[in-house]
Amino acid sequence: MQIKAAFDDAAFINLIKPLHLSVIKKIINKTIEGLLMLSSTITTLTVLLIVLFLFKEGLSVFKESPLEGENVIVLSNQNKITHLSSIDIKKIFDQETTNWKLIGGANDSILLFTINDLSNYFSEEELGPNFEFLPQKMDSLIEANPGMIAIFSKKYLDKNHKSKIASIDNISPKSFLLGKEWFPTASPAVQLGVLPLILGTLYVSIVAILIALPIGLATAIYIAEVANPRIRAIYKPVIELLAGIPSVVYGFFGLIVIVPLIQKIFDLPVGETGLAGAIILAIMALPTIITVTEDALRNTPRSMKEASLALGATQWQTIYKVVIPYSASGISAAAILGIGRAIGETMAVLMVTGNAAVMPHSLLEPLRTIPATIAAELGEAPANGIHYKALFGLGCILFIITMFINIWVEAISKKRIKH
Amino acid sequence: MYKIESKNVNLHYGTFHALKGINMSIEKNTVTALIGPSGCGKSTFLRLFNRMNDLIDGVKIEGECLIDGKDIYSKSIKIDELRKRVGMVFQKPNPFPKTIFENVAYGLRVNGITHKNFIEERVEICLKQAALWDEVKDKLKKSAMALSGGQQQRLCIARALAIEPSVLLMDEPASALDPISTAKIEELIYQLKELYTIIIVTHNMQQAGRVSDSTAFFYLGELVEFDSTKKIFTNPSEVRTQNYITGRFG
Amino acid sequence: MQTDFKKRISQSIAFWTFRILSLIVMGVLFSILGFIFVKGIGVVNWDFITQMPEDGMTKGGIYPAIIGTLCLISGSMLFAFPIGVMSGIYIYEYTKDSWYRKFVQLMTSNLAGVPSIVFGLFGMALFVNKLGFGDSILAGSLTLGLLALPVVIRTTEEALKAIDKSYREASYALGGTKLQTIRRVTLPMALPNIITGLILSIGRVSGETAPILFTVAAYFLPKLPTSIFDQVMALPYHLYVISTSGTNINESRGMAYGTAVVLILIVLILNIIANLIRRFLSKKYKTN
Repeated sequence: MQIKAAFDDAAFINLIKPLHLSVIKKIINKTIEGLLMLSSTITTLTVLLIVLFLFKEGLSVFKESPLEGENVIVLSNQNKITHLSSIDIKKIFDQETTNWKLIGGANDSILLFTINDLSNYFSEEELGPNFEFLPQKMDSLIEANPGMIAIFSKKYLDKNHKSKIASIDNISPKSFLLGKEWFPTASPAVQLGVLPLILGTLYVSIVAILIALPIGLATAIYIAEVANPRIRAIYKPVIELLAGIPSVVYGFFGLIVIVPLIQKIFDLPVGETGLAGAIILAIMALPTIITVTEDALRNTPRSMKEASLALGATQWQTIYKVVIPYSASGISAAAILGIGRAIGETMAVLMVTGNAAVMPHSLLEPLRTIPATIAAELGEAPANGIHYKALFGLGCILFIITMFINIWVEAISKKRIKH
Repeated sequence: MYKIESKNVNLHYGTFHALKGINMSIEKNTVTALIGPSGCGKSTFLRLFNRMNDLIDGVKIEGECLIDGKDIYSKSIKIDELRKRVGMVFQKPNPFPKTIFENVAYGLRVNGITHKNFIEERVEICLKQAALWDEVKDKLKKSAMALSGGQQQRLCIARALAIEPSVLLMDEPASALDPISTAKIEELIYQLKELYTIIIVTHNMQQAGRVSDSTAFFYLGELVEFDSTKKIFTNPSEVRTQNYITGRFG
Repeated sequence: MQTDFKKRISQSIAFWTFRILSLIVMGVLFSILGFIFVKGIGVVNWDFITQMPEDGMTKGGIYPAIIGTLCLISGSMLFAFPIGVMSGIYIYEYTKDSWYRKFVQLMTSNLAGVPSIVFGLFGMALFVNKLGFGDSILAGSLTLGLLALPVVIRTTEEALKAIDKSYREASYALGGTKLQTIRRVTLPMALPNIITGLILSIGRVSGETAPILFTVAAYFLPKLPTSIFDQVMALPYHLYVISTSGTNINESRGMAYGTAVVLILIVLILNIIANLIRRFLSKKYKTN
């Protein structure tokens, strides 16, 4: 018999000795395994590095004074005010605030003084040929005028000055997050209030999801439950393709089609508005919403659907009474992911929203989002300046929002697995 | 000396006590069937002998498992050496997505054998032992995925034989197969015991009766009874065994 | 019966609503692609993809932007692919269910959710400024590579997860070591899915603009790069500048349509290739 014969053969080759891997092979193996571990460590470190860099640069904005350059603000000793905030300075120099009373001082009108006003007060001879008397002269001028506020470079400050230097708040987290004005290049004091940007971002993203969610949900239900396999075979790859189209292309489309359309329909001076951004973001969020929702719908156990159908429910009743409740958490994950994607989207929004950094009042006005601000301004902000740091601060806010969204989605999907 | 012995083996998965103080001794060149309801620990017990349980997180093993009188859990045993001496066949046929030839040669190659003629010879012998040679000798270079389920399972047996194990562990080897393929596998097991010591986990009472010399009945992690197959099936000493075999539960 | 009738009516209203809404979705999507194609396909010809831009980017071609994008794709993949695949293997095959695995997984999923502009910020702070690479292919590729990294890792993990564990056990049972099992069994079986993921991530990298804004992209640079420390033009950035801030936006519209068509074509072709590979290889590895 053949098997018997095979056994006899086997007796001869019992000489396979256990072969040890040679030392070199072992070293190679260890090296490869070390490389594998190294790679995953690099990945982990990268995330930590991103956090480190973002937050190091971003938080250092709070150590900065809003005054540009080496300037100081000097007041007379007779002035009760000793302390000014960045928004006070802006209002004073924009001549919005004209009386010290308005910011808690004496009832005295504010007199502005900058180095350009020198010739109104002194002749060239008085200042000396090399301006050597300038510090002393300015000092006594300020001291003599209780209503005067002067701003000039530190080097013109008299060594034995009698007037006082106003203390200026550094940028505070509160003024950063809740400030309503974003003028990172304003003079003499920069205004770094990100509230309009945060609101702009949320506005556009939420409106985008409000548009995209019902449509995406309907499409997902159609693909998962209603459409026949042939139609599904067309829908799926097209949606996958759309998820892959670069955001600049969507932005370009928005710019040449949607923006003029909005301008015409609503008869606006410019078509670059929050609405244009929301529409483009809605289109871009659709693939994410559809794919995630469809996966969730498909996870409904067949037996559950069949049980409902067997009780005489129509397909539609089964969908809204069984399938949708069962996949509710998956659908909410889709919505949150969609918002996350919309919040982080940069280029398309940058191209169509008009980028006005003002508190948004209506969707038919230009507005500006956090990512668009970073993209638009980082190129012009000198490295390590206050503007640069403020943009990193915006990056931190963005990072925190998206991380929060991520953890939220993860928690939802964990619940789903348990359930 | 017994070929395989377990002495007071306890196994925990985390907090779950999966094997409770198992003592068992198995003679050389015999077939031992492990039976019992699902989740009774029979598969876990089988996987002790090639240390497959080591792959699972949170497993704790106490007691001694001996093969040829040596404790296979002692530090001096190299795990891949052990697994070379103990072949395993799985429940579902799982040939690698490679050619038929490469499937059988896999065990040799991972153990550092490169001699071409030797490998060819060995592949042929193993395919013959697994009663598959005549069916595949003309398509050794074809993908193993193209074989039928029964052929795939015999290929997996040939793959396990290639590294010359002395013990063969089979985890429900025929449960995914049709009756004709099952009969072929059973015939094969009967023949293979001349050269190997075989432990087989099965759900199928008739199968245990047909192929095994002795039978062990597991229930809730305990070894209830271990005796010759004939005794277990005709005159078990435990009521629980009696109930299981006559189909009162399980 | 009354209720039966109601049930049927509400079902058909619902289903028709879905059908119409989903048709609207498809309509919108196709009209975007169609609009750009119709307007732009006339511009795309051999000269367009092989010539330097001329006359304030209103004439000529987009050759340097195509080359730049190719440089960035290969640079970023050279970085992201090996590290991503190796990390994926390590995370899935080596780390047990421990705090380390959870930590690494949390980190990669966070990395995946980080908006692309934040990668741009980080790339600028670390590669351009701190490490002193300046605006260069190197800095841009590394930044884009980081962006693609979580995609590659996740794909690798998913591909490994899809392989039944009995294949691994069979290899271990034959005396294979972990590394041998990975190299000879699991990795070859996972490869089709990994490659598909890789191709899709190339698609993503080729279209990203925000990460390259401050790390590599040049506004106008009609010459080819000679080293990895050169700046380059890139297709998505090119489309952005000629459609928003060129000196002659109206005259460069044609160029913009053409560039958009090229970008869409790249994504389309990569998608088709990925689908073909997936179909071809999944047939090959199909088990009964």
